[in-house]
Amino acid sequence: MAKKKEKKTTIEWDYAPAPESTSHIEVKDRYDLYIGGKFVKPSGGKYFATYNPATEDKLAEVAYANEKDIDKAVKAARKAYNEVWSKTTPAERAKYIYRIARMMQERARELAVIETLDAGKVIRESRDVDVPLACNHFFYYAGWADKLEYAFPNREVEALGVAGQIIPWNFPLLMAAWKIAPALAAGNTVVLKPAETTPLTALKLAEIIHEAGLPAGVVNIVTGYGDTGAAIVNHDDVDKIAFTGSTGVGKIIQKAIAGTGKKATLELGGKSANIILDDAPIDQAVEGIINGIFFNQGHVCCAGSRLFVQESVADIVIKKLKRRMDTLIVGNPLDKNTDVGAINSKEQLDTIAKYIKIGKDEGATIHQSNCKLPKNGFYCAPTIFTDVAQSSTIVQEEIFGPVLTVQTFRTVDEVIQKANNTPYGLAAGVWTDKGSRIFNLTTKLNAGVVWANTYNKFDPTSPFGGYKESGFGREGGLHGLSAYVKLK
Amino acid sequence: MERLEVLKTYKIYIGGKFPRTESGRYYTPLNSNGKQIGNICLSSRKDVRNAVVAARKAFGGWSERAAFNRGQILYRIAEMLEGRKSQFVDELVFQGATKKNAEKEVLMAIDRLIYYAGWCDKYTQVLGSVNPVASSHFNFSVHEAMGVVGVVTDIETSLIGLVSLVAPVIAGGNTCVVLANEKMPLCAITFAEVLSTSDVPGGVINILTGAQKEMLTPLANHMDVNGIVYSGTDAAVVKELEESAALNMKRIRVYDKNWMDIEAQDLYQIADVQEVKTTWHPIENIGGATSSY
Repeated sequence: MAKKKEKKTTIEWDYAPAPESTSHIEVKDRYDLYIGGKFVKPSGGKYFATYNPATEDKLAEVAYANEKDIDKAVKAARKAYNEVWSKTTPAERAKYIYRIARMMQERARELAVIETLDAGKVIRESRDVDVPLACNHFFYYAGWADKLEYAFPNREVEALGVAGQIIPWNFPLLMAAWKIAPALAAGNTVVLKPAETTPLTALKLAEIIHEAGLPAGVVNIVTGYGDTGAAIVNHDDVDKIAFTGSTGVGKIIQKAIAGTGKKATLELGGKSANIILDDAPIDQAVEGIINGIFFNQGHVCCAGSRLFVQESVADIVIKKLKRRMDTLIVGNPLDKNTDVGAINSKEQLDTIAKYIKIGKDEGATIHQSNCKLPKNGFYCAPTIFTDVAQSSTIVQEEIFGPVLTVQTFRTVDEVIQKANNTPYGLAAGVWTDKGSRIFNLTTKLNAGVVWANTYNKFDPTSPFGGYKESGFGREGGLHGLSAYVKLK
Repeated sequence: MERLEVLKTYKIYIGGKFPRTESGRYYTPLNSNGKQIGNICLSSRKDVRNAVVAARKAFGGWSERAAFNRGQILYRIAEMLEGRKSQFVDELVFQGATKKNAEKEVLMAIDRLIYYAGWCDKYTQVLGSVNPVASSHFNFSVHEAMGVVGVVTDIETSLIGLVSLVAPVIAGGNTCVVLANEKMPLCAITFAEVLSTSDVPGGVINILTGAQKEMLTPLANHMDVNGIVYSGTDAAVVKELEESAALNMKRIRVYDKNWMDIEAQDLYQIADVQEVKTTWHPIENIGGATSSY
């Protein structure tokens, strides 16, 4: 854009609405638990509502599983493991998983719309990222089922047994796929609990799994709150816990299973550094910053929430970043033009607001994009903080929202120190035109995933997971299999 | 006139130096005949912390050293151990082993070092991968050292147990803090002397003697320890390690192996103290030329 025109960017002009239709979507009024191949009522008779965070409308009622229900689910999983799944040949196991992948693909559009309704994420992302990746994850791991001996040279591979899996609300269907697909491929049976604010796509997946004819009890899907998850973690007959969520809860789980012999993979929080060096292609880097922090409203464990810009280009990067932020369309997640959707819940919106207040109170300079927010629903304008220090609360703690902190640095050594100076170690981004600088940084950053000249990319073949307090174990790729096997 | 034997003052090993414990305390374990083994350092939690600081300081240099060079240094440890075989045999016998078993254990320890020396510049090739992602990116996963690893050894095999745990830890570029076998500390102390003449940089391996119960808690609670490997069957120790690990998400690995078995060594023990890092970079694909020719 020519310089002269810059002043005119404040002119108001809108895209015509382009909402995705919800007419072909079937959401029932009430969902039960999927245990032992049947949809059963919760033993306590309790249900809770799940809402559309974009409108605050109630979408459905969902069963609230208690300890008894979990016991039933684990027993069903154990029975299925002993009697059916461990006796199913690996090639047949593969075919079941392939079938699930295919049936998900067939219903991709429905899944995407429901994901957007229940989670508040924009339809463009659920349609183009979450759902295809979830399907592909099943398709990818299906093929491993009869090739496990090639993944672990010189060792015999055995399934663990029953896997208890607890997933978060930021990528509901994708996380279900990340958990279930490798577990099944390796020969385990599963009890999975989706997050209380986003249970619908997991329950749709239960329907698909049921239709696919997977033997009863191989996958059980139970809904509820934290106490439901705790019942899974503490159940004696669970062999493995896979959890994605906050570091705080991850630590509670690690402690709870100490000495029990349960295996665990924990995929936890992050405060990932996104580093812009002076020779970076600035416009691309700005897109990368935007994608790094505002993708999925910043509800991303690997979000590039700490921006580091080399001093000599800081002014131009920040200026361009602010200008780009102002063009983001915040609003109805079902609209195909929307860039930033709804915050997942009132609770999370309050958390983000709390951190924004802390940022201001600690003296940081705030800039929020000047967008109109819808009246109903939970929304937060894209936000950046400059004038922050390493010691600022908003630099140290995970916010899990569209809030970015901006720091500067002079030398590469300095930024490595700053980037690594956090208990977290999930991801990092590096932007530079020079290959040798990329490899210097990517090898020295303590993070499980490093994106160079890109950010927030995911693939079923690509292992994902953190260093340090971002958890342990990997999901995706060959390395993701080891979470679900024991080697003999 | 009979020559008076020169006795050795037993020390701990921190940052490549041989101090006595900062606490000035000692204990006197007995061998199977009831004879005092010596005035062994009863290390304190401050010693544990000093050792972790030394290990952290050494980590950068050790993990970034060429894998080939790490292999040479592990091999060098084996060379030094070979040259002092008889001393280790004597110590094992003095601490209660039969001559035959002691000899077997020392030879096994040497060979195990050679085994892991060979892995240093190979494990990343075997364990790593180039991942065929669907988008236009080059994507690969490599193993990287975890950081500072605590090593807690079992009771029965004080030399081979120690070597079997330490070798895969350092082969993978980690540095470590070893809590030596409480009842049979001699081989650990002498092993430190082997290390100090083997080109192993100071701080890569730190060895403390003393009461395991006393040292375990500060080690397990230390916020700058990334993982702990434990060989043994004490359920209480395992529970304490795993519970304390939650403080900073330490990786705890528990081995219940007979280290005298030749099979008790493998690649996966190196992998146990590694992190997997996955790196992405876009592939420019603008022109559309294919690679058919």
